[in-house]
Amino acid sequence: MERPGFSELTDTVRTHETPEGIRLQLRMAGPVVRACAWAIDALIRFVLYGLIGAMFSFFGGVGTAVMLILFFLLEWFYPVVFEITSGATPGKKAMGLVVIHDNGTPISFAASFARNLLRAADFLPFLYAAGLLSMLMNRDFKRLGDLAAGTLVVYKELPVERHPIPEVDPVRPPLELNVDEQRELIRFAERSEQLTTDRQMELASQLSSITATDPGSGVRRIWAFANWLTRGRQ
Amino acid sequence: MKQELFEQRHQSLWNELTEQLDTLEKSRFRRQELPANLPELYRQTCNHYALARGRRYSPNLVEQLHRLVLRGHQQLYTRRGGWIWRLISFIAADFPQALRRQINYFLVALVLFLLPGVLLGVFCYLDQNLIYSVMSDGEVSNMAEMYRPDNARTGRTLERSDESDFAMFGFYIYNNIGIGFRTFAMGILAGVGTVFTLIYNGVVIGAVAGYLTGLGYVSTFWSFVSGHSSLELTAIVICGASGLMLGRAVIAPGPYSRLDAIRLQAKQALPLVMGGGLMLLAAAFIEAFWSANSLPNEVKYLFGIALWILMICYFVFAGRSKEERRHGS
Repeated sequence: MERPGFSELTDTVRTHETPEGIRLQLRMAGPVVRACAWAIDALIRFVLYGLIGAMFSFFGGVGTAVMLILFFLLEWFYPVVFEITSGATPGKKAMGLVVIHDNGTPISFAASFARNLLRAADFLPFLYAAGLLSMLMNRDFKRLGDLAAGTLVVYKELPVERHPIPEVDPVRPPLELNVDEQRELIRFAERSEQLTTDRQMELASQLSSITATDPGSGVRRIWAFANWLTRGRQ
Repeated sequence: MKQELFEQRHQSLWNELTEQLDTLEKSRFRRQELPANLPELYRQTCNHYALARGRRYSPNLVEQLHRLVLRGHQQLYTRRGGWIWRLISFIAADFPQALRRQINYFLVALVLFLLPGVLLGVFCYLDQNLIYSVMSDGEVSNMAEMYRPDNARTGRTLERSDESDFAMFGFYIYNNIGIGFRTFAMGILAGVGTVFTLIYNGVVIGAVAGYLTGLGYVSTFWSFVSGHSSLELTAIVICGASGLMLGRAVIAPGPYSRLDAIRLQAKQALPLVMGGGLMLLAAAFIEAFWSANSLPNEVKYLFGIALWILMICYFVFAGRSKEERRHGS
């Protein structure tokens, strides 16, 4: 978002501006991950068809009726039921995807029903060729059903893990830093935990001009700057 | 303001919002009262998120706030509960209103269905051989078998005659409603699929009716179909109308971009497919449990005519008062 022109060209992140003037960032799911999700769902459905077919073939007319009605529901409403209850079918959930409206809100029955009815058209002429073509022709990877229903398939936001900045005595940076530079220092301090000591020193050595000459204390120096930037001189 | 001070000051507010969202996210189906201060907390958090980004606080904190805002947005701007009421109001008002609004599409679909139906019906009635250019030999003899006056169970072929009414109910649902849904979906292919389905159904239904009437199976065929004809035929045309709406958006989007037109038309067409599906469900019920019964034909015709009248009244009058109130006329 800091460089909208650039990131819009290269990333699959889309923004939606809310009534509060906040820009929500949504990460679109591409054809491959969605095909994987579909394959998982297809497998589940295949097993269910088999189970239902085997179970109800022994109950005569009523059994046939229940079987056909269940087949009907599986064909048309399997995705709808999961999407309106939890936002994703088991396959999508396994791939970490979720279906939402264009405006970022959870999907409604009407939208879910519409996008899944249009599966019949997306599937044409074979194995979702029309859907794939449609996904490749617009920026949000929408298949025909998503276009008509106004829905998006996005990656589910994972809970954010906070990494505390290592606590050292705060030191004021020796020169004026602009906000982006400040942020980079803080980001480095927060990420330190996930980096090996060697990598920490390697990265810190790039700033040897404003830290110290030896890399080991350079890392601590940047932590000290980050502490000063986030907490002040105390 | 330094980041740490900022966090200390607002952490309790974020925690409260997180707790409220945790409980709300558990169920979308129960009608839950939104906590009174949720909108307030949400807006404050939006503000904090914007500040944190503007002041370039740590990416971790910004991301954490973004997630909180996203979750709040999803809970605040969603509809919860009231499913049964919405279904009732859909049947009582929304569906007939939608059909009246889209009456032009309905009429076009009706012509596409009725014209080939009537033409083929008359021709097949006059020329008993014409039916073979519509269907295969096997299908024709099957069809004739089903409605032979000495068939104990009208409307079922001999192989099927031992299957109960229930099995047929399941079959009608699986087959007929599926066709209705597909008629809508194929509309997005510039309407070609929908037009084809409408004409094809008209041709087949007309040809069969004409052929069987010509054979003299009048009492068995017409008494069998009279019960469910109103709902089933009208539902086919309604599903066709919804598909035509999608096709129209693709071919002639009017003042909108093509994508916007598709989205708008799909939204307006959806009540028609849903209603059509419900009608086909009711038709399947009648076809399976009523149409094959052995009551006198007069009763079956009367029932069929009564349903036609009721259905037309429903589409003409249902939901009128609500509509007028909304438009203030």
